[in-house]
Formats: sequence, C-alpha cells, structure tokens
Amino acid sequence: MTAPNHRWRNFKNTLMQTIAFLCAILVVVPLFLVLYHLIKQGFSSINFAFFTQLPKPVGESGGGMANAIVGTFILLAQAAVFGVPVGVLGGVFLSEYGSSRLNRWIRFAADVLNGVPSITWGMVVYALVVVPMHGYSALAGGIVLGMMMIPLVMRTTEEVLQLVPGGYREAALALGIAKWRAIVQIVVRTALKGIITGILLALARVAGETAPLIFTALGNQFWTHKLTEPISAMPLQIFAYAISPYDDWHRQAWAGALVLVMFVLVINISVRLLTRDRFHHNT
Amino acid sequence: MDVTIKQPVAAQPSIQEHGETVALALRNLSVFFGDNHALKNVSLDITAKAVTAIIGPSGCGKSTLLRALNRMHELNPGARVEGEIRLFGDDIYSRAVEPVIVRRRVGMVFQKSNPFPTMSIAENVTVGLRLNGIGGRKMLAERTEQSLRMAALWDEVKDRLHAPAVSLSGGQQQRLCIARALAVQPEVLLMDEPASALDPLATSKIEDLILELKKDYTIVIVTHNMQQAARMSDFTAFLYLGELIEFDTTANIFASPSKKQTEDYVTGRFG
Amino acid sequence: MEHHFDTELDVLKQKLLLMASHAETAVNRAVEALVTRNRDLAVQVKDEDAVLDRFEIEVDDMAIHLLSKAPLASDLRLVTVAMKISQNLERVGDEATKIAKRARDLSKEPPLKLNLELPKMAALALGMLKAALDTFVNHDSVAARALIPRDKEVDALNKKINAELILHMMENSDSVPRCLNLIIASRSLERIADHAKNVAEEVVYLYEAHDIRHAGVKGQGTPAPGV
Repeated sequence: MTAPNHRWRNFKNTLMQTIAFLCAILVVVPLFLVLYHLIKQGFSSINFAFFTQLPKPVGESGGGMANAIVGTFILLAQAAVFGVPVGVLGGVFLSEYGSSRLNRWIRFAADVLNGVPSITWGMVVYALVVVPMHGYSALAGGIVLGMMMIPLVMRTTEEVLQLVPGGYREAALALGIAKWRAIVQIVVRTALKGIITGILLALARVAGETAPLIFTALGNQFWTHKLTEPISAMPLQIFAYAISPYDDWHRQAWAGALVLVMFVLVINISVRLLTRDRFHHNT
Repeated sequence: MDVTIKQPVAAQPSIQEHGETVALALRNLSVFFGDNHALKNVSLDITAKAVTAIIGPSGCGKSTLLRALNRMHELNPGARVEGEIRLFGDDIYSRAVEPVIVRRRVGMVFQKSNPFPTMSIAENVTVGLRLNGIGGRKMLAERTEQSLRMAALWDEVKDRLHAPAVSLSGGQQQRLCIARALAVQPEVLLMDEPASALDPLATSKIEDLILELKKDYTIVIVTHNMQQAARMSDFTAFLYLGELIEFDTTANIFASPSKKQTEDYVTGRFG
Repeated sequence: MEHHFDTELDVLKQKLLLMASHAETAVNRAVEALVTRNRDLAVQVKDEDAVLDRFEIEVDDMAIHLLSKAPLASDLRLVTVAMKISQNLERVGDEATKIAKRARDLSKEPPLKLNLELPKMAALALGMLKAALDTFVNHDSVAARALIPRDKEVDALNKKINAELILHMMENSDSVPRCLNLIIASRSLERIADHAKNVAEEVVYLYEAHDIRHAGVKGQGTPAPGV
C-alpha cells in the first residue's frame, strides 16, 4: 500500500522539518544571546544606588541612573499625551469615517511615516521646536516621541477596530443610536483591549529610541525641574556611558541596557496577559 | 398552461379588509446599489399588528426591501433609495426626519444574534435607551423586566441579569436581541431571518414568540423557510429578481397562488 | 435535475387512475348483470369490491406519506384531492356491489313486465363517472364544471323510476320484492352519479383553486396557473 518512493519522500519530509526547526532556533538565538550578555555584564552593577542616585562626576565611582529612569518615564508620559489621542482618534476616523479614497492616502502617509528613520524625526523636531525655543528641552523630547507614536497607534487602532464585526455597528444603529455614540460606546469599547495593546507596544517601541532624543532632550546629569530644560533618558545615558573611556561607566551602561530591556519585556508580557482569552485557550 | 392572473397586484396594493390599519405603505420603492437596480418599483401595504413575510430565492431583494424600511441603506455610501415609504402616514425618507428617529420607531433583529460583548444581559437590553439619553434607574429596571418577559427570556435570566450577554446560548442570545429591540418600544419590528442560525427547538420558541408579539407589534419577517412563513405569517410577499411578483394572504400564497412564478417557487420547482 | 417529489406525485396519480378504472369496470359489470340478469357476473362484482377497499387504503397511505413532506400550492391540492377522490371511488364500488347484489336476487325470479328507463339512467351515471375521471386526467376544469349540472338529469330519472315502481307495487302486490330491489338499484345509480359530481368538484378545486362544493355553480373562473 506504500508508494515506491515513499522512503525518499519520508526522508525529504524529515529533512525539511529539521531545516525549518533549525531556522526557528536561529531566530530565537539572538534574543537569548542578548539577554545572556546583558545579564552577565550588567547584573552585577544593578543595586539600590543604581536606581536612586544621580550620575557621579568623571572619575568618581558609584552613582546611578535615577534621573535617566525618571526622565524616560516623563518622556513616555508626554509621548502618550501627544500621541495617544491623535493616534486613536485618527484610527477611529480611518476605520469608521472618511471616504475610501481619502483614507487610502492617509494610510499611505502613516505607513511612510512609520518607516521614517528615527534620527530624521529628531532633526525635524529640532528645527520645529528646539530652535524656536532656543534650547533643548524635555518638551521637545516628548513631542518627538509622541509624533513617532502617532502613525503607529493610528494604524493599530484602525486594524483593531476593523476586527470588530460589522454586526455590532448595524445593531447599534438599528436601535436608533447616533453614529458617534455607537462608535465610542460600543465599537471602541469592544476593541479597547486591542487599542490599549497597540498603545503599550508603541510606548515600548519609543522607549528605546536614542537618536531623536539626541536632538531634542539632549540629556542631563542632574534632575530636571522644568519641561523646558533638557532631560536625561535611559537610552541617552547608556549611549553616553558606552562611548566613554571609563570602565565604571561601561558597567553602568550594561546595567542600564539590562534595565531597559527588562522594561520592554515587562510591557510585552503585560500585553500578553491583558489580551489572553480566558475562555478559549488558543493564544 | 394558462397563466391568466387571478388578481392584478400592481393595481391593488392594499389587501386590507375594511377597517384594518396600514402600518407601512410602500409606493414605487426602488433601491439602487451604484448602477445595480436591486429593488424595482415595489408597492404594497403592510398591515398593522400582523405578521408579513417576505419570501423569495437568494438575491431577490428580500433583505434590501427590509433594510429600506428603517433607512439602513444610508450606512452604505453607494446605495440610493427612491419612492415613498409611509410609517402610519409619516414619510420616513422626508428630509425633515432624522434616520435615528425612524430607527427608534422601526426596530430590527438580525440573522446572526449580536448582543454587545462588553455588556451584561441587563445592559444589553437597555442600551438603546441609555445611549439615547433616556435614563432613570427605576424606569430602566422596569423596562428590562418588561422587555425580557416579552421576549420570553425573563424566567431564564432573571437571576443573572449581570452575567455577560455572551454567556447565553444561541437561541437565548437571539431572544436577548429581540428584547433589546423591544425595549426601545418601536411600532414595527423587522426581522431578517431571525431563526435561520438556530436549532429547531430554539426556532420554534422564536416562532411562538413572534405569534405572541404580533398582538402588539407590526412584524415584517424575511425568511427563506416557506414552512416557517406558512406557520407564522398572515400575509406573504414573493419577490424575484428585485420585483414584487405576488402579495396576498399567506393562505392564498401557499395553497393557491395566482402567478406561475409563485407557484413554481413555492413548490420548489424553480430553475 | 429531476424533481423527486414529482415522481412520487405521479405514482399517486397512477394509482388513483388504476383505482378509477377498477371502479368504472365494477359499475359497468354491475349494470350489465342487472340488465342481462347475469347471476355469475353479479357475484364476480361482489367479490371484487375488496380490491377497491384496498386501493383506498393504499392511496390514503401514500397521500399521508406525501403530506409529511409538506407540499404546497398545487402539490398540496393534488394530495388532498387524491384522498377525497379515492374515498368517492371506494363508495362507487360499494354502490356497484349493491347493484350487483340486487341483480343477483332479481335473477332468481322471473323478470318484471315493466319498461323502465334503468338502462338509460345507468348509461347517464356511467357516462358522468367516466367524464369526471377524464377531466382529472386531462386537467380540464371547464369540462368538470360543465359536468356538474348533469346530476340533475339522473336525479329526475331516479324520481321517475321510483314513481313508476311504487305505482306498479301498489297494483301488483306479488311484485313487491322485485320492485324494491329495483328501487334500491336505482338509488345506487343515483348515488354513483353524485359521487361523479363530487369528483368533478374536486377536479375544479385542484385546477382552479376554487372550492365550489355545496353551492350553485355559475360556471365562472379561470384555472390557477402552473397546474
């Protein structure tokens, strides 16, 4: 009952399976390599001081990245304020309103913006915000990160809204509910998890951006007291330490990189937990 | 075979006996999707507090006709509606009338039940009221019970009104959708193949429900199940390729239709 | 593609027609036995009544089975009409048996010296039956409508024959048994004509969707389509 060349077929099948498996491993290996190196190099430098102290001047050992950590949070908070409303409302517009022609162009623009190199974003905001303000500032940093978030959040919001079955919109309208109300309180509400996911992922993405911050936030060795002053951020501090000639600073750079990666990992795991389907175990 | 017409429909759109009210009067209703003339010049009268069934093969325009009755075609940018529809005398397509108002007077239940997944059973029932700014906790609670009773669902859910709506079975979800539509207190209820996605037991519950509801509501139901139309409706309209072929009492359509096309469709000899 | 239900409807029709021809034959033979005083023929008719009884059961069974498939419109009317017609034909068979029994009894006695129009009445009744069944086969509701008034003629003849026999009985008391037998035979023929009329009314309902039973017929209406 077996074909004459079935042994060759079986061998081919197993060969392809093995190659595919090896390729998959190859993809995952860098992640483990990165984590391994980060932990090996940076773990030892993570201590209480790292999270609570300001950087010490050149030559002195010790100190920490407290201001960079806080700075990153402040920048992300601003990015959320600038990027989330525009992004989400833009996504709602693309999904629920507009004409197909107009929307096609908006989508195209968003996709192009998503591909713009981050350093370009930095230079644009430099020209638009830093120059008129005559100085680098946390505000400029927040603005650039926010602007980078907008096309990302807009597209993910749109896609998540499109996944909401049309039946809900129809049912809502058939009840005589006004369109905008139906969209906000039924469609968006149904898609809320997905929208939040999109926002969190966008935040995780911009949390690690360095180049744009070089032109906008600049960095700060001390605490920032006003948004119009330059501010420190983890990627900036890691960069500054990494290219320095001091071993102590190198170690702190590794620690900073490890903390940053952990932060991103935590966000991704949270997203996973948030979107797990409690009733069907298929994700 | 002789094809003489027993009763010319076009010249006699009304089959009401003396004294019966017309809930919806359709005159020369046409619906276009772009260049496609999907519904061609339909005229008929829908009797109040009765069940009117619309039957016909797939693509004949049944759902198109139904959706014209509550201005749902306005969701479709390429759709155009011509002709006149009067709801108890009011022109529902008049520029002075907002679609939202029409849809509160003419409710709709869909083929696939669609209770809102982020809401509980009680929230689903009252969503049409709350999202239209009508509130008052006491009133909403009363209306919830009233609507669920009318939909023959109250006894099954009265102890778990705050459970998620999606935890109900298919048949229960459909009855919830009916309760949701009834809570807004429409005058007419449109149903697009309401039982086609349900098992026979759930289907027969919906059918009994409709027979009860017709005491207070005008019901228009689209169905491809002729036995269902024969069981439930008082009047039946047969559509084919966008045209109204015959409109008569259900007894006549299913026992002694006038038009050969109706006869062929009803006996299953189409095509 | 073949419509399977059509095949089943055809089988029902064929069975009904077969039953009809048996009924016609029975009446034919019964009348002949009466007129020619043929005792053997009379006995044969009586014995074969069971065939018609069985036919009625079979047709009704088949009809119920078809009804469970929920036929509509003309199919529905065909099935219900088939049941009615089979009942009428079974009763025609019973009447033929009655005639045969009277013929058998009459053949034992000497013939009456009376010129009755029984053969003419028999011919009329037989003619009506045959014509009614023809309208069923030919889908001819117009002819069926035309058939219905002919029942009056048969009724009139029955009255006339009855009157003549009663008169004869009053004048010749020894002829009473024979006259009574003839009265019964005449009434059976009248009933056969009634059944033929019923069949014609069912045919009109089937092909025109008009129920004209129990009312005066004005000969209007046009056939329902698709039949």
